[in-house]
Amino acid sequence: MTVGLFIPCYIDQFYPQVGIASLELLEKLGCRVVFPTKQTCCGQPMANSGFDHLSEGCNKNFVNNFEGIEYIVCPSGSCTLHIKEHLHYKEKEQEAERIRNNVYELSEFLVDVLQVKNVQAKFPYKVGFHSSCHGQRGLHLSSMSETMQPAFSKPEFLLNMVDGIEISHTERVDECCGFGGTFSVFEEAVSARMGKDRVAAHQKNNVSYITGVDMSCLMHLEGILKRQRSDIKVMHFAEILNHG
Amino acid sequence: MKEAIINHAQSAKQFNTDEARVNWHDETLWMVRSKRDKAAKSVEEWETLRSLASSVKEHTLSNLNEYLIEFEKQANKNGVKVYWAADAKEHNEIVLKIINEEKISKVVKSKSMLTEECHLNKYLEQNGIEVVDTDLGERIVQFRKEIPSHIVLPAIHLKKSDVSETFNQYLGTEKNNTDPQYLTSAARVHLREKFLSSEVAITGVNFAIAETGAVVVCTNEGNADMGVHAARVHIASMGIEKIIPKANHLGIFLRLLARSATGQPITTYSSHYHRAREGASMHIVIVDNGRSRQLANENFRNSLKCIRCGACFNTCPVYRRSSGHSYHNAIAGPIGSVLAPNMDKQKNYDLPFASTLCGSCTNVCPVKINLHEQLWKWRQLLTEEGYVSVGKKMMMKIMAFVLSYPLLYQIAGKSARFALTYFPFMLKIKKINPWYVNREMPQAPKQSFTSWYIQHKK
Ligand code: SF4
Repeated sequence: MTVGLFIPCYIDQFYPQVGIASLELLEKLGCRVVFPTKQTCCGQPMANSGFDHLSEGCNKNFVNNFEGIEYIVCPSGSCTLHIKEHLHYKEKEQEAERIRNNVYELSEFLVDVLQVKNVQAKFPYKVGFHSSCHGQRGLHLSSMSETMQPAFSKPEFLLNMVDGIEISHTERVDECCGFGGTFSVFEEAVSARMGKDRVAAHQKNNVSYITGVDMSCLMHLEGILKRQRSDIKVMHFAEILNHG
Repeated sequence: MKEAIINHAQSAKQFNTDEARVNWHDETLWMVRSKRDKAAKSVEEWETLRSLASSVKEHTLSNLNEYLIEFEKQANKNGVKVYWAADAKEHNEIVLKIINEEKISKVVKSKSMLTEECHLNKYLEQNGIEVVDTDLGERIVQFRKEIPSHIVLPAIHLKKSDVSETFNQYLGTEKNNTDPQYLTSAARVHLREKFLSSEVAITGVNFAIAETGAVVVCTNEGNADMGVHAARVHIASMGIEKIIPKANHLGIFLRLLARSATGQPITTYSSHYHRAREGASMHIVIVDNGRSRQLANENFRNSLKCIRCGACFNTCPVYRRSSGHSYHNAIAGPIGSVLAPNMDKQKNYDLPFASTLCGSCTNVCPVKINLHEQLWKWRQLLTEEGYVSVGKKMMMKIMAFVLSYPLLYQIAGKSARFALTYFPFMLKIKKINPWYVNREMPQAPKQSFTSWYIQHKK
């Protein structure tokens, strides 16, 4: 099974260890992983700021990079959702459509496609799970507190396979952290306040780590934790699944 | 270049300078959201009800012309006079004309977001008419010359101490007495007197039933009934979207409305007005004011399904931490941000951006309006039409350019230029880098993933 690894630009630039963990994890689970090195960005930061009409270049580049690759897997719910909903490229619209239908966020790929039953990982810490909105409400990686459906969570299903891990949930279990892309700078006051509230909720549970499927949310929370000189660290769930 | 007149981000920043108030506002509204969750979970067929409500509205909106005409016909049969207003101005003029014809100078009004939208109070006052809002929360904000900050809980931005101060000033209650019992009974005495001396009662409309020509008004305080029963003239103002086809359908909406709004199984009063009692008259003003424009726009037409329950406000993490007045619009919150640009793009183009697009609003909406998707769509349309600052446009253009060319991206990534592009204000200076005010910057690693991959895997 060939998997094209789609690494969001901010992971590429700021959190390469998440890309490495995703790649190693997929290889351990028997996938042949290719990483098209000319990929840049899915275009989401522009689109969510109202500039979807400028994303043509990004879209073209994306389609050209992933053309013909069976599965496209990405360690970010938010970027996956953007591709699923908004990837269009006039000259190769059929291929764009195929990509839209074959792009997976990492946890949904592991659970739904690979149907992973166990992982060889150890992480003896108390970990707070942060539910990222685009993965949750957009890709339905887990049940949502607003709707009436049986509880489930693909990323937590996987994390529970890790030796020694203790997962904790906060009050207001799936409240948004306030990152929101450029919202984080244009609405700084509310964004920071939302992040502080999430951090405080995790602190109440005495966790050592906060994890989730989206490094962008975690980057925002990390910024707040560091400013507060907190000992709590953030870690992408792929790093935990690939740990020890 | 174009800046929204008062911008949501600035007002929200102001609101956030009082941390204790933000805590309180956020927690109070979260409590309402939790009550909604509990109430919704108690109804096994909740999701089915939502789908039903959404499809009844869908059907009605698709046949609105017919249902409106049927409604008018039935209402006329009941002896009710029906008026059509194309916009806020016409609405206000019609209401004033009815009042003047009856030679009346005192009006009581129960809650109606439509009359807020039309700025009716101001218009009537300018024409020498005294208008008293009889919903307690609305009366409080009316005293303070503010607009409601929430469609269901108009004074939710105020604490007991604020109300005490306001009542001390306008009703002569004891200074610093914040006992809710004491304050509400002072309001009751005051409003009783207004009910008795007014001859016109204006109400809003929650549902207008085409089949019977009746209007239904939902309140918890019973103030709509009190007003209508004491007055000899009843004017009900409604938007064209309030129609439902049959009385049978009402049950679906009444079951959803109060549960979504406050977690109550049903509002204390669901009042049905079919016709005026003997010696009195009843008038219904049907208002468009931009709604048919919204109806014609397929991106936003289903925002007209809204039953004004306020659930999207209570769940919105941004609303809870920025308060209704930051939205500078009669209707705040997620639905306000979807409706407002249709009314005035220049004034309201900031509102669709006052969201993280988390999608919680869409999930709680009892009529399944895809609120966060509509916010996204507005962002695109407003930006394409030029409602955007030069700085932001520049930043996005550079970003789009760099990200379109892998080589440029790689070179940029190695230099600080990428950072400057991705985070426009990468510098650790709070004044020009909003990120840095409350957050540390992510640390740039020695190597990007791409260069690691090329080195190790290729
Ligand atoms: S948009 Fe939906 S949730 Fe918001 S007020 Fe209207 S009906 Fe209620």
